[in-house]
Amino acid sequence: MSEYKLSHLKELEAEAIYIIREVAAEFQNPVMLYSIGKDSSVMVRLAEKAFAPGKVPFPLMHIDSKWKFREMIEFRDQYARDHDWNLIVESNEEAFKAGVGPFTHGSKVHTDLMKTQALLAALDKYKFDAAFGGARRDEEKSRAKERIFSFRDRFHQWDPKNQRPELWDIYNTKVNKGESIRVFPLSNWTELDVWQYIRLENIPIVPLYFAKERPIVNIDGNLIMADDDRMPEKYREQAKMMKVRFRTLGCYPLTGAIESDADTIEKIVEEMMTTTKSERTTRVIDFDQEASMEQKKREGYF
Amino acid sequence: MTTPTLNIKEFLDQDEKKDLLRLLTAGSVDDGKSTLIGRLLFDSKKLYEDQLVALERDSKRVGNAGENNIDYALLLDGLKAEREQGITIDVAYRYFSTNKRKFIIADTPGHEQYTRNMITGGSTANLAIILVDARTGVITQTKRHSYLISLLGIKHVVLAVNKMDLVDYSQSVFDKIVDDYKTFVAPFNIPDIQCIPLSALKGDNVVELSENMDWYTGMPLLGFLETVHVASDQNFENFRYPVQYVSRPNLDFRGFCGKIASGIVQKGDEVVALPSGKKSRVKSIYTYDGELVKAFPPQSVTLTLEDEIDVSRGEMLVHPSDLPRIGRNFEAMLVWMDEKTMDAGQQYYLKHTTNTTRAHIDSVRYKVDVNTLRQSAADVLALNEIGRVTLATNKPLFFDPYKDNKNCGAFILIDPITNNTCAVGMIIDKINSKDIASNITDDVRKKMSEGISAVSMEEKAKRLDQEGCVFSIAGNSAEAKREYAYMLERRLTDIGRTVAVIDAVALQLDSDICDRIGRTLRMQGLVVICITCDGAGNDDNLVVITQERNKGSMISISTERNKISSAVEDVVNKIVQ
Repeated sequence: MSEYKLSHLKELEAEAIYIIREVAAEFQNPVMLYSIGKDSSVMVRLAEKAFAPGKVPFPLMHIDSKWKFREMIEFRDQYARDHDWNLIVESNEEAFKAGVGPFTHGSKVHTDLMKTQALLAALDKYKFDAAFGGARRDEEKSRAKERIFSFRDRFHQWDPKNQRPELWDIYNTKVNKGESIRVFPLSNWTELDVWQYIRLENIPIVPLYFAKERPIVNIDGNLIMADDDRMPEKYREQAKMMKVRFRTLGCYPLTGAIESDADTIEKIVEEMMTTTKSERTTRVIDFDQEASMEQKKREGYF
Repeated sequence: MTTPTLNIKEFLDQDEKKDLLRLLTAGSVDDGKSTLIGRLLFDSKKLYEDQLVALERDSKRVGNAGENNIDYALLLDGLKAEREQGITIDVAYRYFSTNKRKFIIADTPGHEQYTRNMITGGSTANLAIILVDARTGVITQTKRHSYLISLLGIKHVVLAVNKMDLVDYSQSVFDKIVDDYKTFVAPFNIPDIQCIPLSALKGDNVVELSENMDWYTGMPLLGFLETVHVASDQNFENFRYPVQYVSRPNLDFRGFCGKIASGIVQKGDEVVALPSGKKSRVKSIYTYDGELVKAFPPQSVTLTLEDEIDVSRGEMLVHPSDLPRIGRNFEAMLVWMDEKTMDAGQQYYLKHTTNTTRAHIDSVRYKVDVNTLRQSAADVLALNEIGRVTLATNKPLFFDPYKDNKNCGAFILIDPITNNTCAVGMIIDKINSKDIASNITDDVRKKMSEGISAVSMEEKAKRLDQEGCVFSIAGNSAEAKREYAYMLERRLTDIGRTVAVIDAVALQLDSDICDRIGRTLRMQGLVVICITCDGAGNDDNLVVITQERNKGSMISISTERNKISSAVEDVVNKIVQ
């Protein structure tokens, strides 16, 4: 029967396509949240696969915190153009005009206003009843316990103790007005699966994932890239060229680089296999407070 | 380090071909479950690294993680709420890989809410590991877990007899536990049971065969998990294709998107659409990566057909020579998952494959005590209770018995008010109409022979959301009686009551017959208004006698029009309050 056996990647792909189609079929107004990261890139490809030869029947939405790496924004715009995506970009303009940023307000306030609040406002603005996210269960402890179809109340909040049972591949998509579901088609993927898939499918990703000489400042032990002039001068003047890459992408002042020579996917995987640090340890925001990802999820950030 | 990239390429090329095993672990912390999972996660990663022979490793970093210093349970710590309360909530998913396979572990706590959790975690599992403490052997919990595993139709079970180090690695202790267990599970029809003696803490028989148990001739746990053959657990016999989404990007392309639930479909196959019965042939099996000649579960594909036949989401394509059951009435094992107890009078949403319909629970044949497996009579099921029930759906379903075809035999029930998934079910089989009749128990038959309905007054009251009662109106003026009666009917209908009016004057019914009809309809749960032929002594008054289930009352009303209106409002106000 081996001719009727799928590899784990093909099985994960089939599962994700099924999940994406289920949302398109059962919700009035879904959206795919696009973070420009590698997981988002995989998720977007899976959506294209789900509806080919047709177009994907929902938009992509990027919540722009205004502090993303410049290369991310270039990549996003190029990608959306090349693939003819309906791309929505939303930001918390009010907070941006007021000058909110990680250097002046700290990571907690910045993340809350520019990411969480911006996301919630955008979801309300367009009245989306389902939002895809690229989160994986192997990323973080609280995600390990989250459903693929994760119910959110009118305030976009997640209640970990009151999750709907989720059995087989039968997903409960019923929501009342104002409530919504976050859907995670990559729930069962690991970081290695994502890299493998990118390699197999030749999925374009932001060059920041690959090692290159970049201007780097060591801030409290995090290797932060001096990406623009908004970095305070006292830091910028310390910048040194270092060969680094990023394991995850976000706001540049909150995303630590790692020193690396890995400039191909193969080398990245090689490096990953031999490192003992988990992926999110390069994210500064996770250390704000005890169990902070869980807290943010409860508040409505993924 | 001559050509490290070549090696990583080889590794990736090998890695991409691995298959996937989804497994469930059942047992409590006391059985050493966290330690076992932690060891699988940790040791397999080490193994993995060892695979990459040409890779540079920071041996110090790995070396630091000396296994004596590792608290495996810490690797698995969960949510804040759990840590605060020291309990494990729900199901957590863990991932690990070896060079042969990728594994997904659904880790479920053994104690509180065990039924709900285990069922949730086990629904997608190919294999279950049941942990037993070698010192205590098979206990109630072991039995309960095994029953739930068999209910879910998991075909492979590993009985992991843990803590062998604490019983001096004794073969006789192990053999006794295996005997006990096999006797207990014999009726469950689990086709593949492996029993492995191990010590998760010491590592015996987890990854490497233990030198302490040379009497054990089988494989270590990880070796077994890597090689157990699960591909044929899928149903490849009966082609079932629930249409999930219809894709019409342009006039030339109409594709039916879906996941192959079971069986194999080939280009050119004749297919029939259910429920329409219209036939066509498979023109192409479309995917983003090119057309396929055939497709099998669990592939997600898009089928196009030779003919323009109309098929929508929730409908099914099958081979005409191999139809599923089609019907509205079936029996199922139902597991109740909601705090809110089953309500026999309520309609639920039922989702089965991609098809959603309304359904109600016709009867609970019995419920099962998961600890003793004893069956007992029950009217409803509460949280964590399991029972055999009969269901009726509004639309017909296309299904197979769960034991033959999981994907077409499983369903969920959704509470239409809370939208919660309140129950999950596994279809046993269709009920023919003649069996539905025989569904009536002796008890009910005896009642029926005495003229007592099988539908109780309580049930009717619930359905109509009212208690039955009779208003009998007597008076000399037929005009005034009717004015009161029809105004009352109007107002009671306005506030949601279901009302019947008997105009005995028009029908020329004598009082006794009118009274009996009124009472009969009241027993059916209706609010009855009788315009009786009786007089009321004088022309100025109406007399209204109200009879409810356990009480009655009598009032006198003036026949003046405004007095009649206010009397009607009095009744309505009383009911509304």
